[in-house]
Amino acid sequence: MAEVHTHAEGEHDNAYAGLLVNDAHWAFGTDFEDPLAGVDTTVPDGVDPAELAAYCLMLGDDALVFSQRLSEWCSNAPDLEEDIALANIALDLLGQARLLLARAAAADPSIVPVLPDGSPVPDEDRLAYFRDDQHFRNVRLAEVPTGDFAEIIARVLLFSTWRLALFERLSRSRDAVLAAVAAKGVKELSYHRDYVGRWFLVLAQGTDESRSRLLAAVNGLWPFTGELFSTHAVERSLAEAGAGVDPAEVRDEVLGVLVHVFEASEVTPPPSGTLAGVQGRLGRDGVHTEALSRMLAEMQVVARAHPEGRW
Amino acid sequence: MSEEIRAEWPLYEVFIRGKRGLNHVHVGSVHAPDGQMALRHARDVYTRRNEGVSIWVVPSADIIASSPEEKDPLFAPSGDKAYRHPTFYEIPDNVPHM
Repeated sequence: MAEVHTHAEGEHDNAYAGLLVNDAHWAFGTDFEDPLAGVDTTVPDGVDPAELAAYCLMLGDDALVFSQRLSEWCSNAPDLEEDIALANIALDLLGQARLLLARAAAADPSIVPVLPDGSPVPDEDRLAYFRDDQHFRNVRLAEVPTGDFAEIIARVLLFSTWRLALFERLSRSRDAVLAAVAAKGVKELSYHRDYVGRWFLVLAQGTDESRSRLLAAVNGLWPFTGELFSTHAVERSLAEAGAGVDPAEVRDEVLGVLVHVFEASEVTPPPSGTLAGVQGRLGRDGVHTEALSRMLAEMQVVARAHPEGRW
Repeated sequence: MSEEIRAEWPLYEVFIRGKRGLNHVHVGSVHAPDGQMALRHARDVYTRRNEGVSIWVVPSADIIASSPEEKDPLFAPSGDKAYRHPTFYEIPDNVPHM
């Protein structure tokens, strides 16, 4: 039975006091939801477990790598408020990455890097910290080195608009875990897009300096957008099995949203031009820019130094 | 483009309602370029531990506050009027948030 909260003396001194109901452990709100509570984790019929794992790695690595880039902003943003806003976005993506990498490991345990016997490192951490760049399946937009504030705003706009369109469809996946992860992600990504959309408008219509930086950012990032809509064989196969989304399908919707934001900001979309792959191989194939290996070196160094560490 | 460039964003006071039925309570302030961004900053800074169901932001400059020098004339006269307090009623245990 729910415990009834009654007022204590001096309670009005603490704005959060009214929230401390039914919980002695957490400082503040307590209604945390497990996104996978009660979700059926069996791989659905007609879905190849190895392909499901590869697909989860793709979506998980997008989130993991971009989360790391966003976290580089922590303490470097123009204001404390932006520090926290960008860190919140990074944490949302890290949460998505964790669920997706764990799903990948559960679907196909053979992809998980082997560590010394008795290592307490969980599967999703093994995938995050003990794979080299050529095993990462993220799109290259996620790994672009951190630029200025306009660059991160433009990049979150491109990334969140694309990922939101994917996740809205993925929330109807035949794989119950992917559907649940996507349903959780849709709420997070909607906020990310809204937040950076406002900043995009502010920067575009702010000063000459802010506008020229934003235009430079958009022009610099645009060649990475072609890859977002190119379909990998694994994505096609998962889409055909009703468990994944073919990214080519979301192209018109994503570009429609972006053009809408651009027009409101009086920004002309750059002419399309796509960063080529290596012999047609892209981020989804494990072919990356050199920026990824440098970023991973920093991200992974502590975990790799302590493969039996407990965190 | 804007004519006037200020070095700092204006300040907004933030009020959060923790649960349906509770009042909005002042929790702090944020800097923001405009009210809509202030709302988002307040969401990011003050509700990241699941504290809120509703947020108000108000430009700090629009708040008209009493001054500490006025403390006695404003508040001292009510200090000895116990008959104004509802302390002679028993509040049932199942009435929350009184």
